[in-house]
Amino acid sequence: MKTYKTFDTINKTFITILAFICTLPLLLVLIVSITDERSIQSKGYSFFPNQWSFDAYQLLFSGGSPLLQSYLISLTVTAVGTFLAVMITSMAGYTLAARHVRYRNGLAMFFFVTMVFNTGLVPWYMISTKLGLQNNIWALIIPSLVFNPFNLFLVRNYMKQIPESLIEAAKIDGANDAFIAFKIFFPLSLPVIATITLFYGIGYWNNWFNAIMLVDKPNLYPLQYLLFKLNSEISMIQQMQSSLSSMTTSQLPSESIKMATAIVTIGPIVLFYPFLQRYFIKGLLIGSVKE
Amino acid sequence: MNLSKISSTFKEIRKNYIAYSLALPAIIYTFIFGYLTLPYMLIAFQKFNYKLGIWKSPFVGFDNFKFFFMSDRAWQVTFNTIRLNFLFIVVGTAAALLLAILFNELKGRRFSRIMQSTILFPHFLSWVIISYVVYSFFATNYGLLNQTLSWLGLPQENWYSEPRYWVSILVTVNVWKEVGISLVIYLAAIAGIDSSLYEAATIDGANRWQQVRYLTLPLLMPTVIILSLLALGKIMYGSFDMIYAIIKDNGLLYPTVDVIDTYVFRSLRLIGNPAQAMAVGLYQSVVGFILVFGVNMIVRKVSPDNALF
Repeated sequence: MKTYKTFDTINKTFITILAFICTLPLLLVLIVSITDERSIQSKGYSFFPNQWSFDAYQLLFSGGSPLLQSYLISLTVTAVGTFLAVMITSMAGYTLAARHVRYRNGLAMFFFVTMVFNTGLVPWYMISTKLGLQNNIWALIIPSLVFNPFNLFLVRNYMKQIPESLIEAAKIDGANDAFIAFKIFFPLSLPVIATITLFYGIGYWNNWFNAIMLVDKPNLYPLQYLLFKLNSEISMIQQMQSSLSSMTTSQLPSESIKMATAIVTIGPIVLFYPFLQRYFIKGLLIGSVKE
Repeated sequence: MNLSKISSTFKEIRKNYIAYSLALPAIIYTFIFGYLTLPYMLIAFQKFNYKLGIWKSPFVGFDNFKFFFMSDRAWQVTFNTIRLNFLFIVVGTAAALLLAILFNELKGRRFSRIMQSTILFPHFLSWVIISYVVYSFFATNYGLLNQTLSWLGLPQENWYSEPRYWVSILVTVNVWKEVGISLVIYLAAIAGIDSSLYEAATIDGANRWQQVRYLTLPLLMPTVIILSLLALGKIMYGSFDMIYAIIKDNGLLYPTVDVIDTYVFRSLRLIGNPAQAMAVGLYQSVVGFILVFGVNMIVRKVSPDNALF
């Protein structure tokens, strides 16, 4: 009995240390973002800087900074995209789950085939540009993001558990499929809808692939892509710096500003995290139960 | 016969037209971005010209494939892709299993939840964010690692120009980011094990380690095998986000970490040769499809419930 108790303590300590180590890399990014530039120059990135400074954040939120524009783009794209994606997916989910729809399995196959055979990057790029999905906000919303068959099957499997008799009863009362889907099925499927909202939302917020492929205009850069560019193109930082003339050159936070942008980008995820992880775990478990 | 079939199809669609139109946006999307992409695969056999399009560009047979397979790049990117993905699967699974067993021994549910959430967190971050984390450790001037090395009086290393380190770095980073997901899945699988088995084992005098060794691990194996097989099916794909965010266009590191996806991307967007990119993409799709298909056949034999199709 006693050995178990010792084991429990060791185990608990080990897991705590491990979880702490997992957060260390992000802690470093946070600390560098509030480190004074001179401290970075003398000591490098460090968990224990000589001097703290919020210059980077001040610069980021100043008038000429591209950050605000990118934030706006990311928020718009995430909100509009997630709404559309959830609608498209839930509506099709109803069709595939309703037993009175004769071709539901054929339709399921139609969607499934595209999950197994992927034609890859080039045709995707050609189609997107052909449809005019280039250098506009829709390029960040539609291609590859607005509908995902995996989520469709998640919704269908959940809706399949809803008794068919509900549809029949509603039909007798004169309701049509649209009414039944929106007023009966969707409210009963809220857990799975929350899950796919989360999947799509995270997908949109973290996406920079569409931007790198289809967008060249800086005023359309979503946050993630701005961040990507920031580390590869020094000119972007210089441009940001020139917008804030009150600082002398030696104070310009060119290192900490990168990390500050990263922190600002993580912000919403931290904010929603309690909600996020709850539905995420639920979704994983729904997804692993087939049929 | 045929006519009556068509008319019955027509009737069905008319009867349930509202239900079908609910699925219409998804159908249109899938038709365009799924099925309409198929003709574009022809580009792989053409000397493609944007002005002429896919129907008028001249055909060149297998020249694009020859160009790729004659160069040593073909072997290199294929090898890198498979090696990286294989290590992600093996190391990731081992780490997740170990964690799941340790977590399962925890008494407090609340404590377990909090620790799970902490370990899961990096999963929600984009690879661009992760690239900053990597940069803050390995940057040549200010990076934590080089600072520590010089503090210890050791020579600094130019990490971003040494390809030999990057396989281990990427594997570590990938495990750090994604282990939380597998942990949650394995914990759920353990929770699904019939508790009477453990009661019986306890009565028979099995200690905790023996219960792990002879009950938990063997009963987890089906889940482990299925998840690994499914991941194997995707071994030709993926990690563009990861590799391109962290490595960018740093050619010095290509020997170990340039993968098929990044190669295709460069051929298309930076070099501007869609035909070449499509040829490599087609090679990837076909091998990928064969793998998914083969793996699915194995899964169907081992555990029919988990098969994809």
